[in-house]
Amino acid sequence: MQSPAEIVQHSGGVIGVSWLMIALPLLGAAILLLGGRRTDKWGHLLGVLMSLGAFAVAVASFVELLGLPEGERRRGMSLYEFIPGMVDLGMLVDPLSISFALLITGVGSLIHIYSIGYMSHDHDRRRFFAYLNLFVAAMLLLVLSDNYIGLFIGWEGVGLASYLLIGFWQFKPTAATAAQKAFIVNRVGDFGLLIAIFTIWTTFGSLAFRDLTADVTGQASQGTLTAVGLLLLLGACGKSAQLPLQSWLLDAMEGPTPVSALIHAATMVTAGVYLVVRSGAFFEAAPTAQLAVTIVGVATLLAGAIIGCAKDDIKKGLAGSTMSQIGYMMLGAGLGPAGYAFAIGHLITHGFFKANMFLGAGSVMHAMNDEVDMRRYGGLFSVMKITAVTFVIGYLAIIGFPLLSGYYTKEGIIETAMHHNPVLGWLAVLGAGLTGFYMSRMVFMTFFGKKRWADDAHPHESPAVMTWPLIILSVGSIGLGAFLVLGNRFMTFLSPAVGLPDPVPTPHVFGVGTAALATLALVAVGAAFAWFRYGAAEVPALAPRGSFLTAFARRDLYGDALNEALLMRPGQWLTRIAVFFDNRGVDGLVNGLAAGIGGTSGRLRRVQTGYVRSYALSILFGAAAVVGALLYVGNM
Amino acid sequence: MTTHYLVLSALLFAIGGVGVLLRRNAIVVFMCVELMLNACNLAFVTFARQHGNLDGQLIAFFVMVVAAAEVVIGLAIIVMIFRTRRSASVDDANLLKY
Repeated sequence: MQSPAEIVQHSGGVIGVSWLMIALPLLGAAILLLGGRRTDKWGHLLGVLMSLGAFAVAVASFVELLGLPEGERRRGMSLYEFIPGMVDLGMLVDPLSISFALLITGVGSLIHIYSIGYMSHDHDRRRFFAYLNLFVAAMLLLVLSDNYIGLFIGWEGVGLASYLLIGFWQFKPTAATAAQKAFIVNRVGDFGLLIAIFTIWTTFGSLAFRDLTADVTGQASQGTLTAVGLLLLLGACGKSAQLPLQSWLLDAMEGPTPVSALIHAATMVTAGVYLVVRSGAFFEAAPTAQLAVTIVGVATLLAGAIIGCAKDDIKKGLAGSTMSQIGYMMLGAGLGPAGYAFAIGHLITHGFFKANMFLGAGSVMHAMNDEVDMRRYGGLFSVMKITAVTFVIGYLAIIGFPLLSGYYTKEGIIETAMHHNPVLGWLAVLGAGLTGFYMSRMVFMTFFGKKRWADDAHPHESPAVMTWPLIILSVGSIGLGAFLVLGNRFMTFLSPAVGLPDPVPTPHVFGVGTAALATLALVAVGAAFAWFRYGAAEVPALAPRGSFLTAFARRDLYGDALNEALLMRPGQWLTRIAVFFDNRGVDGLVNGLAAGIGGTSGRLRRVQTGYVRSYALSILFGAAAVVGALLYVGNM
Repeated sequence: MTTHYLVLSALLFAIGGVGVLLRRNAIVVFMCVELMLNACNLAFVTFARQHGNLDGQLIAFFVMVVAAAEVVIGLAIIVMIFRTRRSASVDDANLLKY
């Protein structure tokens, strides 16, 4: 077992200006938002340029980092004293953060380019690019910050960008509601993260990752560590749409498809996994919290897969699949150093193949007049070959087809889980089988079988600006997994940041263990079942009623109903009681007092008759009373 | 020795007060006020005599000055009211009320 390396103070070089990664997209967002309509003509180009600039800085930093000796690959830089003497805001460029930075800027840039084509008919395209740039800046701040304060600012920033982009078409009431839902559910998670940060601050007196090493966290009591771990997990659940805070992700598909690809599949929703891995020093010292992470991961990977099986909306199906895959990552992140490399590796390959499929779905929607119901697709393979082939590559990657990206990273997580706890392992295998079914269902319903198009649909291949990103992403979906996992390349690369497990696992080109073969068999069964139901057989244009299980999955496992019954209704009762108390109690008191005074004055004013002589009489009585009182006092 | 003067003063004050309260004609009410002021003056002067100093007499002069100023303003007001309302009755000028 090898612990993470020390963070070395850095100056100069490209890493010295790595803050440009955050500054460039932020500048882009500022120009586009403040410039307004004047920047409409070239706004999208500026957005792409800023994103590519950030990608260039990330690549250069990565190269410079590789040039350093392994033990010195964690470079910290102070940029700004946030609270003098207590909290410095700074950058941390280490293998973990640079992996994220490359994913965010790389996939982010491809999605920026794709959006030029996808949003070309939208007259608010400039605003869209402004928000995308804002998102990229916030996400990079989240992963590159060297302390929890910077992380939290980025965390809220991506939440804001996500809210703005889900509700981008705010004229649609569903989109506006979905944006609010995402924001509010995330608030629950953010609350957990904030309390965790407070607890860390009061317990350890520092929020910098530099100070919070395993030696330091080992000093605290088990109770504190478990509390911190569970609170961090709550934060991670909110951002990563894990149970029980999963309900917002499916509704978030109301946003434009590139947003779903970038924010709600490839990057932002993986922030929770980043948080758990980055806070490894707490989780490794608190086995209970770690167990909770794995349980949440397994529960979500099954829940997401079950939801994915029943959805007819292609984007919602992909969203269920995203939940499920992030469940795998959470499971990996909960397994300690043995799982970190696989969790982050799966996160990166998932970023590629899921962005690939989301953009493919966007391309299909673009061709089908924004139709999202897969029952209205079918037989699209022949009319949009590039989209179909790249989508199928992404599909093969996600179900874990041997030798493709997803195979290596997901297999790694399942193997590690099996080694750690067979129950978790077998549940993960079951999830893989479900993945095989619902992804095959999606592919067969969309690209194969009979045409079930609407009458006015004239599908066509998308323009090159949309297909090239698909092609590049599909190349990543093919080879990235093998590149990262074989020879433990990624595990060794990450080890300065997250440590190395003992013993180091030996990856195979083709696994022949029980778990690996069982997974393959279950995936094959799932895919075959999907073929008989949706490939060979006729797909009805209207969804059949289905069994109670189908209804259960269609309604997102009654997640919304549960939230409504457990949280919303009691909340409404509470507000009703409060309103009643306010109306009757508080208002009654205030209004009663006012009415009393008003009534008394109304009667008293009758004394003002307007007759001078009556006033004179009262003056006389007054004077007599004063004189009488003086005489009385004088004689006492 | 000075008791008679004080009794006279009290009587004049009472007559003035009753006049203010009972009469309607503004001019008469006004004259009754003057009567009350002068009853006070008489009491002041009497007390000055009784105590053997000049304080009371001094204040009597002040009262006369104030009374003179009051006559000027008061009569002007009464004339104005009479011109607009064709009446000098204090009960007719009763608009300023609840």
